[in-house]
Amino acid sequence: MKNPEKGMTLIVKTITRLTVGLILLYGIYIVLHGHLSPGGGFAGGVIIALSFIHLMLAFGKEVALKKLSQAKASILESLGAIMFLTIALLGFLGGYFFFNFFLHKGKPFALFSAGIIPLCNIAISLKVGAGLFAIFAVLILFKGAGEKE
Amino acid sequence: MSEYILCFVLFCIGLYCVLRKRNIIKIIIGLGIIEYAVNLFFVLIGYRTHGRAPILAKDRVVSNMVDPIPQALVLTSIVIGLAVTALIVAIAIRIYEKYGTFDITKIRRLKG
Amino acid sequence: MILPFFVIIPLGTAFLISLLGKKIKNFSDLLANLGTLSLLILSLYSIPLVATHKILVYKVGGWIPPIGICMVLDGLTSFMLVTVNLVSFLVTLYSVNYMERYTDKYRFYTLFMLMLAGMNGIIITGDLFNLFVFLEIASIASYALVAFGTEAEELEASFKYAVMGSVASSFVLLGIALLYGYTSTLNMADIALSLSSKPAGMMVSFVAVLFLAGFGLKTALVPFHAWLPDAHPSAPAPISAMLSGVFIKTLGVYALCRVFFNILTVSSQLLFVLIVLGMISMVVGAFLAIAQDDIKRMFAYSSISQIGYIIFALGIGTPLAFFGALFHLFNHAVFKSLLFLNSGAIEYSTNTRNLKRLGGLNRSLPVTGYTSLLGSMAISGIPPLGGFWSKLIIIIAAIQAGYFVSATVAILVSILTLAYYLKFLKFTFSGKINEAKQNIREVPGLMKLSMIFLGIICVISGLLIVPLFKPFLQSAVNVLLQGQGYKDLVFGAIK
Repeated sequence: MKNPEKGMTLIVKTITRLTVGLILLYGIYIVLHGHLSPGGGFAGGVIIALSFIHLMLAFGKEVALKKLSQAKASILESLGAIMFLTIALLGFLGGYFFFNFFLHKGKPFALFSAGIIPLCNIAISLKVGAGLFAIFAVLILFKGAGEKE
Repeated sequence: MSEYILCFVLFCIGLYCVLRKRNIIKIIIGLGIIEYAVNLFFVLIGYRTHGRAPILAKDRVVSNMVDPIPQALVLTSIVIGLAVTALIVAIAIRIYEKYGTFDITKIRRLKG
Repeated sequence: MILPFFVIIPLGTAFLISLLGKKIKNFSDLLANLGTLSLLILSLYSIPLVATHKILVYKVGGWIPPIGICMVLDGLTSFMLVTVNLVSFLVTLYSVNYMERYTDKYRFYTLFMLMLAGMNGIIITGDLFNLFVFLEIASIASYALVAFGTEAEELEASFKYAVMGSVASSFVLLGIALLYGYTSTLNMADIALSLSSKPAGMMVSFVAVLFLAGFGLKTALVPFHAWLPDAHPSAPAPISAMLSGVFIKTLGVYALCRVFFNILTVSSQLLFVLIVLGMISMVVGAFLAIAQDDIKRMFAYSSISQIGYIIFALGIGTPLAFFGALFHLFNHAVFKSLLFLNSGAIEYSTNTRNLKRLGGLNRSLPVTGYTSLLGSMAISGIPPLGGFWSKLIIIIAAIQAGYFVSATVAILVSILTLAYYLKFLKFTFSGKINEAKQNIREVPGLMKLSMIFLGIICVISGLLIVPLFKPFLQSAVNVLLQGQGYKDLVFGAIK
């Protein structure tokens, strides 16, 4: 009767429309405040990926893949990793690998402080989030291709 | 002391799942239980008596903290466990496509 | 200093290939080969550095250990670095042509470079949890590489390998957690320092058993060897060469050496256990290898047997035995990768691996034939090639230490090794050509080049044992011998 690829019921779709943006915002908050409160790159990246997966579960895979296709997720993942390696290499300016090379480390407990740690958090969150979404998308697409043959 | 023994019991339950269950998905779940047990053990090692969460805040002075190093290490270990689980699940899906079953007693083409 | 570059170069190459490999033609081949060539040059440059400075410590991020992570370059490190990077450079040369048969060559190079980054990281690190993280990076990359062809048997082998490898890594993590709870530090030199002042009790023995189980599975000692005969034949041939040649030695033997000889105190019971396990591995590997029909499965069992030799020699504990063990490690890395690359060349030309269906290939594949002959004779212990000298040193050390039964068993296993390699050569290369395989051409150029180069190294390592290799190996043996003195050297070099 109902095509299972069209997604879930109307209640789930309405609530998803309201909350998916807030989940994404919450994930970005956890990433950016990684040096002040618990969280950081890994946890924030997983929450950002979860917002996209939530979209995929509630609306079906075409809608979610139109927002972020699998090829773009792979490119974002590699970009996150290269950004992390570049930040680590820039530490050679200060003399050591991974050195915290910002001259002005800011006041503690402020948002713009602690040198390279927020930048590293952003790079890790890109990699983890995009990577997790790419894994999920590939598994969904593989299952779909297997059933159609 | 009792919490360490309970972690070890959880590890043994996971090991029993990996060794004795026949369905591939149950083996993967057993692997997950083993990883949870080891991570939990590692975090519990850092407990200090009457310790508080190891977070510095601007307005209060915290004198007695639990050890923050195991918490940072377990974060890495959880992500490693996630990567291994994702890889093994992808392999399991392809095994189902090739062999047609999830029963490991029937997936035995390599012998000798 | 050059130490972080052993990890930066493969990681950077892996990420760049994964980003741009599909779009630009031949980019992945070029970048991967450049990467491994530069790693080889850097590791050859580290030998004179160690000869002048004895030990070098690099503080990552400028943080002083034990607060920060440090990277240590001493004799054993530079020895392992040269072995790993030499074999990996030749394997990347080989896989330029071999991997044309598979789709997605750039993903192969990404995973390969990640595995290489993990192995280099294990060798140079001086911190115990960092060892675990790099161990996991290399292991996960190898699980994916074993399943690369996605045939049915490869997936089954990869699944078995992945589950067993994960349980072993959990054992290692449990050991690290217990050791951290006992000594409250993670730096290797610092753990040695605090263990020498506390009374050795049951905790250290339990941790030693956990590490033996975990690292022993990665090195395929005999109770833990069940994944190897399925995983190594199923991988593509360059990956089999890497796995059997350097992977089981880096993750298993090197990690065992570092943890047991430099951090934990070595007791005589532990050495006795190593001798027993080594002897059982030798015998089991040799007996099971004779009965095989598949070329790569036979080579995999032969790997188990030769690793048994190395662990047996490590268990004897005298300086001559350590020399023999490390020399045999280098020899086996070179020979076994040569043999696996040869089997890949045979498979590339004739599309089969079964001994009963091959025959008479000496006329159509001359280069493969001659290099197989060199490799087989070297690994069976025919003088003057390298395997003879390393096995001789191990047997002499065993007799000097009083283990006469073990020395006799080692000689008998060596004769068995000669037997099954002769069987391999006879069925594959001499005899009548099978009618279905009349027109087979030789393998393409780069594959031939890497096989010839490995063959030349086989011959060199035998002829030049005394003048060229002795200081190179002696500095590695000294690291093992000084045992707990490692911590004094490291603390002396941190300034």
